[in-house]
Amino acid sequence: MKILVTVKEVTAVDDEFEIDGLTIDDRYVTADLNEWDEYALEEAVQLSEANDDAEVVTVTIGPSDTAETIRQALAKGADRAVRIWDDALAEVGLLDPATKATLLAAVAREEDPDLVLTGVQSADDSFGATGVALADKLGMEWAAVVNALDLDTDDGTAHVHRELEGGVEELTDVELPAVLTVQTGINDPRYASLRGIRQAQSKELAAKSLDDLGLDVAAIESPLEQTSLYEPETESETTVYEGSAEETAGELATVLREVDQ
Amino acid sequence: MTVLAVAEHRRGELRDVSYELVAAGRDLATATGGDLHVAVVSGPVSEYAEKLNRDGVDAVHTVDHGEGFNHDVSVQAVEQLVDAVDPAVLLVPHTVNGLDYAPAVANRLDRPLVTDAVDLAYDDELTVTRELYGSKVETTVDVHAERGAVTVRPAEWPTAEGTGDATIEPFDATIDESQVRSTVTGFQEVGDGDVDITEADVLVSVGRGIEEEENLDLIRDLADALDATLSASRPVIDNGWLPKDRQVGQSGKVVTPDVYIAIGISGAVQHVAGMKGTDTIVAINNDPNAPIFDIADYGIVDDLFDVVPALTEEFKG
Repeated sequence: MKILVTVKEVTAVDDEFEIDGLTIDDRYVTADLNEWDEYALEEAVQLSEANDDAEVVTVTIGPSDTAETIRQALAKGADRAVRIWDDALAEVGLLDPATKATLLAAVAREEDPDLVLTGVQSADDSFGATGVALADKLGMEWAAVVNALDLDTDDGTAHVHRELEGGVEELTDVELPAVLTVQTGINDPRYASLRGIRQAQSKELAAKSLDDLGLDVAAIESPLEQTSLYEPETESETTVYEGSAEETAGELATVLREVDQ
Repeated sequence: MTVLAVAEHRRGELRDVSYELVAAGRDLATATGGDLHVAVVSGPVSEYAEKLNRDGVDAVHTVDHGEGFNHDVSVQAVEQLVDAVDPAVLLVPHTVNGLDYAPAVANRLDRPLVTDAVDLAYDDELTVTRELYGSKVETTVDVHAERGAVTVRPAEWPTAEGTGDATIEPFDATIDESQVRSTVTGFQEVGDGDVDITEADVLVSVGRGIEEEENLDLIRDLADALDATLSASRPVIDNGWLPKDRQVGQSGKVVTPDVYIAIGISGAVQHVAGMKGTDTIVAINNDPNAPIFDIADYGIVDDLFDVVPALTEEFKG
């Protein structure tokens, strides 16, 4: 069994930040493995531990400096990694779900996995659409927002729970092969062990260009264009208390006693 | 410009977001002098169609196939409806089920898809406003195409009211059953424990800022001192530190206590959806830009590990 996990390096923005054109000023951002993908990866690694001959391959779209984040995934138990990048991608302003799905589908066709796991969404641009778009490009079945998975490979079915709004889960059977978008909380992601970190250094991390994937520049042309980036105007009418913790707590306590009456 | 909005229903009921899509679609159609079409797939569609016939709706298309939502059916039905109606803009709810079919529909029709819209404008082309980095910033996305698709964030538009004079048009979609490769087998309510947070008058709610499970005792002490009930935002539940029936938010419970004290909660949109109806909202957070302060009545911008013990002390004994 082969499981392909899509892994994205996301940008986290500091509490205080400045905007520089259409991006956040570099000084106020840090890179991290997308939280949803941590859960997708953990689910894949747990499945591989429960099944003999299971291989976990990660795929990432990102320039060479994302290698460190990819190594994190390898340290947590992925067997090898594929990284898609091309100078042409650096020119793309808005990498939309359709474009990402096109790129990921090219790798998925080469790898021919039995199961593809993605995060529900990424923490930075939060489109939440790449996984299902990828499934449709591959002609695979899918399920979005999965928070429980029971894989029956003999029967060729994934029994999943989909986390609907309002504390209700939908129980769905999905034919394999399938793409599942994984919700946080589905498992308890592990920390990388020292041994895992050491081993990750020697695991395969293959770089693929558009040419390698048999794609040309037309495949990454998108009709979507980001035209502005700004801090939303807030209509906050919050009464904010200032001072030491004792002072602010005291003032808040006074209000709470009044409200309670 | 024609707009087609696809309604959402669950277990026999239309969801409110359907009427919000009608409002969003009507704004767009009115601004461009076009028509607003609404579609509903599966379930008691005639009954749904009557309810969806609100002010400004020109036509309601019904696809009578199956009892409840199945994404394989929705993908095929909506793809065919879009072909038939040929709307410039297709609107789908940005919900768990909307995200389970809209990307596939957009892919099949080769339409650009922009998700999680909080505002829409049309001036020769469609411009979608959405948020990035957990609502820290907003961005506008221009759609350089004659036809597009958008998923619309719930609770951003008002629900459409009134009665329209729409024609109700049954649509004979051809559903290829061999392409229906998923089956919904049931539903499950998230476990109900001995505490019902929706009944509480005062909720002390804790989020990611608590950092470690051991630190929860600080929050428990405050809840005890206030005779309040303990609840939490998603990260605390995902970590398994509190049971799922304590979760406030879109995928948890919707609460409306008299007082809601949000501690170390940034106020992501999914969380706010579960508590914004509260009378008095208090926020304690060390990030002055945290979105929770957009809706809080009272706030303290400081380290919760300093403020919470001081607040507990105020109410002890």
